[in-house]
Amino acid sequence: MKMHFNRKHLVIPYGLFLVLFVIIPLGFIVYYAFTNGSTGSFSLANFIKFFASPTSLSTLLLSIGVALLTTAVCLLIAYPIAYILARSKFKKKSVLLMLFVLPMWINFVLRINALREFLDLIGLLDQAHLFNTILGMVYDFLPFMILPLYTTLIKLDKSMLEASADLGSHPVSTFAKVTLPLSMPGIVSGITMVFMPTMTNYVISDTLGLGHVTIIGKFIEECFGARSDWHLGSAIALVLLMIIFVSMLVSGGFKEEDNGSRGAGLW
Amino acid sequence: MSEKIIQLIDVYKEYDKNVAVENVTFYVKKGEFVTFLGPSGCGKTTTLRMIAGFEMPTGGQILLNGKDVTSIPPHKRPINTVFQRYALFPHLDVFDNVAFGLRNKKVKTTKTDKNGNKVEKLAKLSNQVIAQKVTDALKMVDLEGFEERNVTTLSGGQQQRVAIARAIVNEPEILLLDEPLGALDLKMRKDMQIELKELHKKLGMTFIYVTHDQEEALTMSDTVVVMKDGMIQQIGTPMDIYNEPKNVFVADFIGESNILSGIMVGKYKIKFLGHTFDCVDDFALNDHVDVVVRPEDIKMVDADDGMINGVVIDSIFKGMHYEMTVKVGKSELTIQSTKERKVGEMIGMNIQPDNIHIMAKEFTTNVYDGYITKNNTVVFGDGEFDADVTQLYPGSHLDEEGYLITKEGEQIDLTDVDVRVEVGLKDIDIDDITDELEETASAVGKIISIIYKGDHYQLIVRTEENEEDYVFDTEYLWNENDTVAISIPKDKIKLSLKAEVKK
Repeated sequence: MKMHFNRKHLVIPYGLFLVLFVIIPLGFIVYYAFTNGSTGSFSLANFIKFFASPTSLSTLLLSIGVALLTTAVCLLIAYPIAYILARSKFKKKSVLLMLFVLPMWINFVLRINALREFLDLIGLLDQAHLFNTILGMVYDFLPFMILPLYTTLIKLDKSMLEASADLGSHPVSTFAKVTLPLSMPGIVSGITMVFMPTMTNYVISDTLGLGHVTIIGKFIEECFGARSDWHLGSAIALVLLMIIFVSMLVSGGFKEEDNGSRGAGLW
Repeated sequence: MSEKIIQLIDVYKEYDKNVAVENVTFYVKKGEFVTFLGPSGCGKTTTLRMIAGFEMPTGGQILLNGKDVTSIPPHKRPINTVFQRYALFPHLDVFDNVAFGLRNKKVKTTKTDKNGNKVEKLAKLSNQVIAQKVTDALKMVDLEGFEERNVTTLSGGQQQRVAIARAIVNEPEILLLDEPLGALDLKMRKDMQIELKELHKKLGMTFIYVTHDQEEALTMSDTVVVMKDGMIQQIGTPMDIYNEPKNVFVADFIGESNILSGIMVGKYKIKFLGHTFDCVDDFALNDHVDVVVRPEDIKMVDADDGMINGVVIDSIFKGMHYEMTVKVGKSELTIQSTKERKVGEMIGMNIQPDNIHIMAKEFTTNVYDGYITKNNTVVFGDGEFDADVTQLYPGSHLDEEGYLITKEGEQIDLTDVDVRVEVGLKDIDIDDITDELEETASAVGKIISIIYKGDHYQLIVRTEENEEDYVFDTEYLWNENDTVAISIPKDKIKLSLKAEVKK
């Protein structure tokens, strides 16, 4: 018998990976979330526990707040940087871009601890826990906002801008009417790449907020660790998953056509 | 009709020291359909972009209705553009694309205020006015009912129409069209040519059109501006340009031509193809000139009945006519006729005096500024050539150390001496470039122009570094854009001193 190598067979390793590391763990989470800790029977008790507790709800709201603020600040800083980089006639602009992305290559725990030492040095560490947390988040996630914005802006057809000027638009109104709408895919993917992780990145809030800022990620960690309530932890994880899913639907989600704007085209 | 709507005075543009447009001066009359015609890289699009305001001239002036607009940004000019690849806004539907310019527009309106006084105010156009204008514009380009369509779902031809509607809806004083039909297929292009022409008549707007398609230029325009290498070659009506080309380039670029070398043998007498023809152009006696004869202007008669005889060596049926190649002596002529003559047949040919277009030869010799190196070679035209430097001093010779010894026995060091170098059109050879030649060749350049002149080709090879040109005649056919090595026989390089050398 002959072995026929088919291109379809290439899917096997990926399929195995998917089953082992995505579908089975997800199955566990769903199982734990909908079962009762003591009896193991189906129950919604975990969800009720989460939504009935003011502490857990306020943690969720705080997380959303921190994530929103981080995303907004990132966008405000990243857009001008990406715009100037994309527009500049400098020949080696990818080098400039790399300078902004370079911090990503350094271990993130190291970076955050360095920031912590710096804040300690200037005496801010114990003064403004929430500010420090957001500062750390922005510092950490800024490249994820710059990259997709830069790739959409660099692809923007210059003749669009000329057409707008030709039709009587002042440069400012060209920006509002043409550049901004056409860079929307980059903005959307930048937001998805910053908003989601900031909701759960408790290492930053722990290190820079000195335990005063508890975000939902920390809460989950506690459920699986100190409180050893895997059922509640799984339920919260599922709630988060739903929030991400809904926000992706709202923002237009991952469309085939903007794959290129997600940083893929850069390197 | 005689009002000058736009005027370019000595307009000059360079990018990174490369000249794109060189001292262009011309004007366009109100309501005219003017076409810039030329091969790619001739500066026609750059000129258009300077009129639109996207590019700032390096020097010179652009006047709009007599007012200097050279440094006014594009959004303040009453000029709209149809872009080469349309540049429609993909995030807007057809209606919003067309309405884009109108929404930026402010018009003067008089309003009565509380006290009953009339006040003049700048106001935006109302939505009804915009809607009406957009509908009218879409109707004009046959796109009624397309208002809500997404522009990305339209065909090329439809996008083209949206682009035109988007520009004309603003009622600009000048409409610029940058090769607007380039992306369409042949049939569609022909239809759009007629439609654009009609649109021009209907609107009475001034159209400035850019194309590299000579047929398009001749069919559509009132005036054609032929450009090459950033310079205007000829301005005239399509008829003028076709019938009275000013130089060999225009003759070769517009329509098909036979370009031959001739010599003036008397008043209104020119000799070429071994026969003396009557002509209507007057040049000095014994002048070497270029002669242009259109293929359809050569009339075939029976052998020995015409002014000249030739043998048909090729015949192709082209739908409307036959195109025959006829060998006369060493030259080949192209003839178009509705009657076919068989290959191998001997025929006679007549050419009427007013169909013989004579123009001064553009190039008679190559002239360069150069200098002599310490090895007694000469550097010019981006290359280093072996030359006979003793010709500078008749009767002189070189000693073993490379010094020049004159007839009188004086010793002269020629190192770094500036010389004027002349090379004849027949004295340059080229070879296909190889790795080895790249190292050893005197100079290397790219073929940028090939013009067939009856019995030979005239080539121009341009070097990359300083864009030095080598013009020469060759019997062999080369390909444009080929990179070649240039060689010149040592004894064909004529040198003369620019100044007396210190001894």
